[in-house]
Amino acid sequence: MTHALPTTQAALAAEPPAAQVRRRPGARLLLPLALLCPSLVFLALFTYWPVVEVLWDATHQVTRRGTRFVGLDNFASLFADPTFRRALLNNALYAIGTVGPSLVLALAFALALNGAGRVRALLRAVFFLPVMIPLVAAAALFLFLFLPGIGLIDHHLARLGLSGANWLGDPDLALAAITVLTVWKNAGYYMLFILAGLQAIPDEAREAALLDGAGPWQRLRYVTLPALRPTFAFVGVIALLNAVTQVDHVFVLTKGGPSDATKLLLFYIYEQAAERYDAGRAAAATVVTLGLLAALTALSLGRSQGPEAAR
Amino acid sequence: MSAPTSPLAGPVTREVTPRLARLLVAGLALVWAVPFWWMLVAAFRPAGSGADASLLPSLAPSLANFAEAWASADFPLYFVNSLVICAGILAVQLVTASLAGYVFARLEFPGRGFLFGLFLVQLMLVPVVLLVPNLKTIAALGLYDTLPGVMAPYCATAFGTFLMRQSFREVPRELEDAALIDGAGWWARIRLIYLPLTKPALVAFSIVSVTSHWNEFLWPLMVINSPDRRPLTLGLASFTLSAEGMQAWGLIAAGTFLVSLPLLAAFLIFQRRFVNSFLASGIK
Repeated sequence: MTHALPTTQAALAAEPPAAQVRRRPGARLLLPLALLCPSLVFLALFTYWPVVEVLWDATHQVTRRGTRFVGLDNFASLFADPTFRRALLNNALYAIGTVGPSLVLALAFALALNGAGRVRALLRAVFFLPVMIPLVAAAALFLFLFLPGIGLIDHHLARLGLSGANWLGDPDLALAAITVLTVWKNAGYYMLFILAGLQAIPDEAREAALLDGAGPWQRLRYVTLPALRPTFAFVGVIALLNAVTQVDHVFVLTKGGPSDATKLLLFYIYEQAAERYDAGRAAAATVVTLGLLAALTALSLGRSQGPEAAR
Repeated sequence: MSAPTSPLAGPVTREVTPRLARLLVAGLALVWAVPFWWMLVAAFRPAGSGADASLLPSLAPSLANFAEAWASADFPLYFVNSLVICAGILAVQLVTASLAGYVFARLEFPGRGFLFGLFLVQLMLVPVVLLVPNLKTIAALGLYDTLPGVMAPYCATAFGTFLMRQSFREVPRELEDAALIDGAGWWARIRLIYLPLTKPALVAFSIVSVTSHWNEFLWPLMVINSPDRRPLTLGLASFTLSAEGMQAWGLIAAGTFLVSLPLLAAFLIFQRRFVNSFLASGIK
């Protein structure tokens, strides 16, 4: 396994540690398993077992007369629930609305702020600050920003002679408002990775393009973006995962409303489990969400396998 | 490691487009700062002045909002709860991740690749998505409504294991072999050779772990029922909802400021460390 460290391997071949050679195969397994044991216990309890449990719950129904196998009934009733279908659609829109704009903004920030200088460092910190506060804290701030009429946004729009809106109360706007908050919160995080990706581009590539007379857009298109491809593949996965797993702001700002406009998958699962006590449906929704996450991760990792492996 | 501070080398150009772009980004930075600026201005404004939406700081700053926020919610207790949760998770994680990291970095045994893959599964099966079955497990273990119940699902960390494995591999094997000849056991080798030489990775992992659990909301919301066991995020959420009913926006700003301050301050002081740590978190 230590292909990455040829020097170490050579040293090892020349002088094998005596203790490792003398051990019997059984004893060779003992130490690794003992050291992995603490991790494996927790993984078994909170990563592997829950998958088994959620699959069981999703295919069974608990009634007063006992538990019985119901096959895909829970899934059928899940997909028959218009609220769940709405949550799926909302989450897809939310993913598109957060991932695309955050990545474009993160790229713009990184391109403009790459390099030394006090101003650049300050602006980088400004974009990164939202990453450091809890999502609920960000939601608490945006509660007033989005407040209709007297809120920060509406108040200042009114001073410009524009009429505001009921950002969180209007079913057509609420999801967009939540999306704006998420972009504000996460763009700085993705900027960090793109900055690191930019640093890895050799200066010669840029200089060569300059000497060839390439303009700024051409340099971006033909030098910078191709070099950043692995970075984008991987930041894209993180952003997609975040679009499914981060729903804290929904609890503070909208609770899934108005009329289900901001109901996201994980919030729906929470509602089914903690408020409706429908274990079967919550489990089925969890299975669907896990399936989606697995498919998305596999898809993006598969596509980025080439450049990723080269790193 | 790429620190985002190396000077931008290469020819200087006088093109218009990059300059315009930089100007635009500077403008966006102002927009990005507005929520924070409002938080500061509103938090320090005298209560009941009625100018909630103004972005101009009050000429007579007051701590009244902080005093009221402090009195109306048990922030010190929430703070201690958050601290206990983060410290507890981190302490266990450091042990489990260094042991597992050592195994995957240095021990040869059949089934190693399979086990490593089994660990990495956790990167995709994020604990928060498994909140329904995990809550059942927590209840079955008798940990419902306890702080250990909040910590338990995070005690094993695939990300930490991966990070420690990567950095342990950079440690020269000769050092361990020498210790082996001196009769050092596995624990002595990890503690005296590997851990001291991989401090940057340990710090990076600690920063990422503490930040993410300090900011966590949904899982504690599921597990915690008693108000006196709430972490800061839960405390802030319920505080915000009650203050919202009173239209006390300055109060919300003050509460948010109090809750966000510890990590914001730590970030502003140790910026470089934080940035590098978050970049390391990118390998997940």
